[in-house]
Amino acid sequence: MLQIRNLTASYGPVTALAGVTLHVREGEIVALIGANGAGKTTLLNAIAGLVRREGEITFTGRSLMTVAPEELVSLGVALVPEGRQLFAPLSVADHLLLGAYCRHRRVPAREIAADRERIFQLFPRLQERLEQPAGTMSGGEQQMLAIARALMARPRLLLLDEPSLGLAPLVVEAIMTTLARLRKQGLTVLLVEQNARAALKIADRAYVLETGRIILSGAARDLLADRQVTRAYLGRDYKEFTDGR
Amino acid sequence: MRGARLALWGGFALVLALLPLGWRNDYYLSLLNFIGIHTILVVGLNLLMGYAGQISLGHAAFFGVGAYTSGILTATYGVNPWLALVAGLALAAGLAFLIGVPALKLRGYYLAMATLGFGVIVYIFFVQAQRFTGGPSGLSGIPALSLPGFTFHTPLRLYGLIWTATLGILALSAGLVDSRLGRALRALHDSEVAAESLGIHTQRLKLLIFVWSALYASLAGSLYAHTLNFVAPSSFDIMFSIKLVTMVVVGGMASIWGSLLGAGVLTVLPELLVVFHDFEVVLFGAILMVVMIFLPRGLVRGLLDLWEYRHFRRESGGVSG
Repeated sequence: MLQIRNLTASYGPVTALAGVTLHVREGEIVALIGANGAGKTTLLNAIAGLVRREGEITFTGRSLMTVAPEELVSLGVALVPEGRQLFAPLSVADHLLLGAYCRHRRVPAREIAADRERIFQLFPRLQERLEQPAGTMSGGEQQMLAIARALMARPRLLLLDEPSLGLAPLVVEAIMTTLARLRKQGLTVLLVEQNARAALKIADRAYVLETGRIILSGAARDLLADRQVTRAYLGRDYKEFTDGR
Repeated sequence: MRGARLALWGGFALVLALLPLGWRNDYYLSLLNFIGIHTILVVGLNLLMGYAGQISLGHAAFFGVGAYTSGILTATYGVNPWLALVAGLALAAGLAFLIGVPALKLRGYYLAMATLGFGVIVYIFFVQAQRFTGGPSGLSGIPALSLPGFTFHTPLRLYGLIWTATLGILALSAGLVDSRLGRALRALHDSEVAAESLGIHTQRLKLLIFVWSALYASLAGSLYAHTLNFVAPSSFDIMFSIKLVTMVVVGGMASIWGSLLGAGVLTVLPELLVVFHDFEVVLFGAILMVVMIFLPRGLVRGLLDLWEYRHFRRESGGVSG
């Protein structure tokens, strides 16, 4: 569904992506893991057209290289940016309407209303907080709203940037469970995460990014068991060093 | 909520209608007329500043474009005043579009710079193009607006005209802010990147709202020309642009009612301060500073906050003292 070939991006003289090639098939959850500064966010921003990029990106056969950021969502690709990027003074209801911004006049209003109900089933908390300004909600609620806002555009591919950032483990688990549920409903997800363990648990396949290059890829289950990955990203060796104390 | 809002608008319209009955003093009515004209200008600028997050330092120029287009076409060429008004709107919108396209392509406050330059150029044009504008001494003999069998030439009649227009503009703006477009504007004010990721064409939207606010300014300018029957360049200089920005900030950014209050306070204040002669400007500045220090979100929001605070204190029995 999403094909990326030899994608490069740089900030001035600093190379952030040095020829990344990856693909996401329809109906998959693909995780992209890596440490701080590996280029994970840059990769998503490059797909979204928010940074200058070179290479090849195609979505369902169509090139995204000339697509402006604000056109992307109409093609069926929605981005949940890093740090949620909610509009602090706007209410939950406003966010959901803004999520469906590009569908205005293209689909009947009742279809958007029905989508809103679907969202409330997924995130009942949002219905309780409908009129609350987004900036006053907890981190977990904000992340849910950020995902909900993106879902209101009815994307086929969801790009998620670090949804676990700054959240309690229980909340992270709830969000990951929701993503797994969404996949069952037919959504394709590209999940960028530093919390590798949480991401690999729900992902089908994963790529490991290091200093702008893919250094490892494979089935998520295999990567969870891979020694190199466990040492670098899952912190499992800690136990071995300290004899479990 | 909806009922309360309708009641607010209805009450406001009623006050406007009753005001001249008890207050038939031409000086006061003229002052109210200027408040109305300023309100139209300030609402437009507030849409741009408070909602789209852009600053125009050349709004006096759009005001002047409206005033001079109306003035020149009617006084010199005898064009129908209503047609001249529409011509002013078209010219202001065209100019705003020309400035906005390049300036709004870039993220940041480039529009402020571009409009600053535009304001200066337009002012110089008004002074120098003597053949058309009458130069520094101004253009006189501008006829009053009229409908068949009815001329708006007394302060009372002008009051009816100007405040009908002002009320219409306020209602239109409130409707715009509440619409899908208004929501998108508030979103892009908060985060342009996030707004774009939702499919909002931020650049197009900023341009639209800039042209929109220039239209308001031009309308106000035409009303101004037909109210005074005289225009001179000094009314449209850079200081007036800055005064408009001040009105927006004092009244409260992103507040429709704040625009009315800001325009009202800053139009009346200099009149009240006249008794202090030379200290007028000093006091004016001091009052602005006090407002900004103690009510940084503007008069409307600030006074509401104060009220809520006292209300809360009373309910909690003043324990928090």
